[in-house]
This record gives sequence, C-alpha cells and structure tokens, in this order.
Amino acid sequence: MAVLEVRDLEKRFDSLRVLHGINFSLEKGEALAIIGSSGSGKTTLLRCLNFLEKPDKGTIIVNDKVIFDAMDPSTQKESEVRKKRLHFGLVFQNFNLFPQYTVLKNVTLAAELLAKERPDYKKNKKAVMEEIQENGKRLLAQVGLSDKLNFYPHQISGGQQQRVAIARALALNPDILCFDEPTSALDPELTGEVLKVIRNLAERNTTMIIVTHEMSFARDVADRIIFMDDGVIVEQGTPEEVFDNPKEERTRQFLARYNEGR
Amino acid sequence: MNQISVIISRLSESFLINCRLFVLTLLFSLPLGLLIAFGSMCRFKPLRWLMRTFVWVIRGTPLMLQLIIIFFGPGLIGMSFSWPNGDAGRFAAATVAFVINYACYFSEIYRGGIESIPKGQYEAGQVLGMTKGQIFFKVTLLQVIKRIIPPVGNEVMTLVKDTSLARIIANKEIIMMAGEYSSKGLIWPLFATGIYFLVFIGVLTVLFDYLEKKLSYFRA
Repeated sequence: MAVLEVRDLEKRFDSLRVLHGINFSLEKGEALAIIGSSGSGKTTLLRCLNFLEKPDKGTIIVNDKVIFDAMDPSTQKESEVRKKRLHFGLVFQNFNLFPQYTVLKNVTLAAELLAKERPDYKKNKKAVMEEIQENGKRLLAQVGLSDKLNFYPHQISGGQQQRVAIARALALNPDILCFDEPTSALDPELTGEVLKVIRNLAERNTTMIIVTHEMSFARDVADRIIFMDDGVIVEQGTPEEVFDNPKEERTRQFLARYNEGR
Repeated sequence: MNQISVIISRLSESFLINCRLFVLTLLFSLPLGLLIAFGSMCRFKPLRWLMRTFVWVIRGTPLMLQLIIIFFGPGLIGMSFSWPNGDAGRFAAATVAFVINYACYFSEIYRGGIESIPKGQYEAGQVLGMTKGQIFFKVTLLQVIKRIIPPVGNEVMTLVKDTSLARIIANKEIIMMAGEYSSKGLIWPLFATGIYFLVFIGVLTVLFDYLEKKLSYFRA
C-alpha cells in the first residue's frame, strides 16, 4: 500500500514554474532518493509535502487520505495543516536546531507541547513526560549522541547537530521522514557520520525521501531514485535502472558530469 | 556647610522625579512598543502603514516638542480633556509623552530583533506541529531577547538622561532644581547633578551586563 501519493503537483513562484506535473508514490518502508542539479525543484517538492509551500495544482494523498487538494480549499485549513504536517518529518540542510535548548530538549520539546493538548494530559502528566524523555534519550542513543544530552547546539559539531535534528524529526513518529540535502552544509569529514545514521534508518525500513547530492550514497541506500530537472521528474526507477541504464539523455548528461567530478 | 546639605537633599528629592518618570516610562513603553512592532509588521497594509507613519512622526520630531504638544495641545485645540492642575498634571503629561516616544524606539528595536531570527527557526517549529504562539514563545522569543538586550540597554540609558527634558513643562526635576541655584550665581549644584546620572547609569550598566551574561549560555 502506498503511504504517499503525489498527483500532478505544480508550483509557481510568480511567473516562474518550479514544479510541473510531479507524479510519484512511495511504499511503506521504502527509501526514495531525489537527485538532480541545483534549482531543479527538489527542495521545493519537499517543502510542498511539508506544507511550507502551497502548491498551485495537484493533490497529496497520505495513507489513502487526501491531505491536500489545490482545487479544494477545505483541505487547506490552517488549523488542520498543523496536524497534517505531522505525517511528515523534515530534516533541514542547515539543521535549524533551537539554540537555547539542550540537545535532549530539542528532541522532546515538540512532543511535550503536543502532549499538553491531549485531554488526559493533566491526569497522567508525570508518566507522559517521563515517556517523552525516555523516547528522546532512546532516539539520541540511536544516532550515537547519548553523551551529549545536556549540551547546547553550539557546543557540538555540525555533524552532531544534524544527528540531533534527525532524532528531533523522528521524535514525533512521522509516516514519512524527509531529508533536504542533509549533508550539504557539512564538511566532508562530518558527512559520513550523518550518512551512517540515515543508512541505519533505511536498514530499519524507515519510510524516507532523501534529497541529496551524494550520488553513491543515494545509490546504496535508496530503493528508488527520482531524477528531477527543471521542475519535472525526468526519470524514475531502481538505482540500477537510473544509474546504470538511464533512459533519458538528460539523466545521462547529469550522471556523466557527476562521474567526471569523482 | 548647612547650606550644602540642604542643597543636596533638595537635589536628591528632585531626582526622585527623574526616577519616577524613568520607571513609569519603561513600565508602559516596553509592552506598548511590542504592540507597535506587531502593528508595523502586520500583513494588513493600512495598519502597517499607519504604524510606520506614526513611528516616523514620533522619531522624526524632538521629544521636547512632543512634551509641549501633549501638555498644551488638548487645551489649544479646544478639547474637553485637560490635564489635572499643578504638579500631578505636568507629571502625567510628561509620562504620556515619554511613553509614546520610547515605545516607538523600542518598537523598532523589537522589529529588528524579530526580523533577524532566521526563517529556519520558524520552519523547524512549523514542521514539528507547533502553533504560531508556541513558535513565538517557545522558539523565537528568547533568541529575540538575547539579540535586543544591547540596543535596549542603550535606549534605557538615554532615557535616564532624557527624563530631565520634562522640565520644559515645569516638572521640577534635578536639572531644573540645580538651574534655580545657578541663576542665583551658585554653579556647583548643576555640576553635581552629573554625579546622580553617572551613578544611575553605572547601576544600569552592571544590570545589563548581568543580563547579557545570563543569556550567554547559548548562541543565536
């Protein structure tokens, strides 16, 4: 069963068309990598899924439920958008950790705020909070940061910050975890530790969409590859299909340039 | 000797007016400034335009003139409202003028602080399902406070010294008091007023350094 289905998505910034006729679906447990040159619309696509941009056309379906339909304003109510966002987790290129909170608090803050909205919160306050703390610690252990719980973001390296950001996104148990060029702001030495964490998530069959410029990583980790150019999906398929036998000339050019640079 | 202590006690007494004006101005202008800041960032254009024009007028004219207009204005244009007679009325008018003036300056500091927070902080809050209020209070507010402490400190110190402008509508604050002596040929009380201001500013300097230090545990 498809967790996510995107149909005919289109996004314009004024007269500039950045996404056009985007169609794809994602199965549960699948890791999808989106590759393509800068400005091809990859990031905008992720931002549309996370309701940070509003598509001008198209529908987004999660677990067989239409959560966004550009033609139907009732699917775009501000109050519901907030909850719909929780289907997705997003890891940003620049981490965007909250600087005034410790590593652990960064991971638990959103869950704590959401818990306060639960009707049974007052009764079980202590148990609920304890559970959130435990979950936060477990996730930070999973990304290898058990020894940094009480550090502030500026006290740890970029790679560690990004791993905190991954734990933070996982804390709300999203159906689909999205990565927006998660290693692009890191120097090569720190890239590996972040990729390792993502690889580990893929092995646990986490449903993911990864926008990346790390081709060999995409090839290794992803079950499926989408190649985007100029706002459209040029080609999609298994890593073998896209990397070894690209059908489209544009894909070949892109990969050739990438292979040259290696 | 006796005369000296009399003068000092009268100077100290009049400095209480400066202090009272200082405290009341901060008490009201700090929150009012936030409202003006929100207004001047509002997506509703007429309100934003109105607020920015208001800030321009207030920042664009001398505080001394504003004091005079607020004190004499209502009577001159024949409004039914008038300030109470005597010291109380003069002090109330001065307070209103100071609050409006400083709220406008604070609003611009707030606006700068709020707009300087990276968009990514809001977006990180959004994708984690936070409400606008939660993002403001739990994510951005403390970062804004950290950033605006130095400029607010500047403004607060200027305010201490500006309070003596209230003498233009006959509030008998410390410089006006000292001026009465100097017009009789006794000049040192005027110089002595400087010490009052220096001490006050010294205390504020320590306080703001403390606040800055308090928030130095994180970087934003």
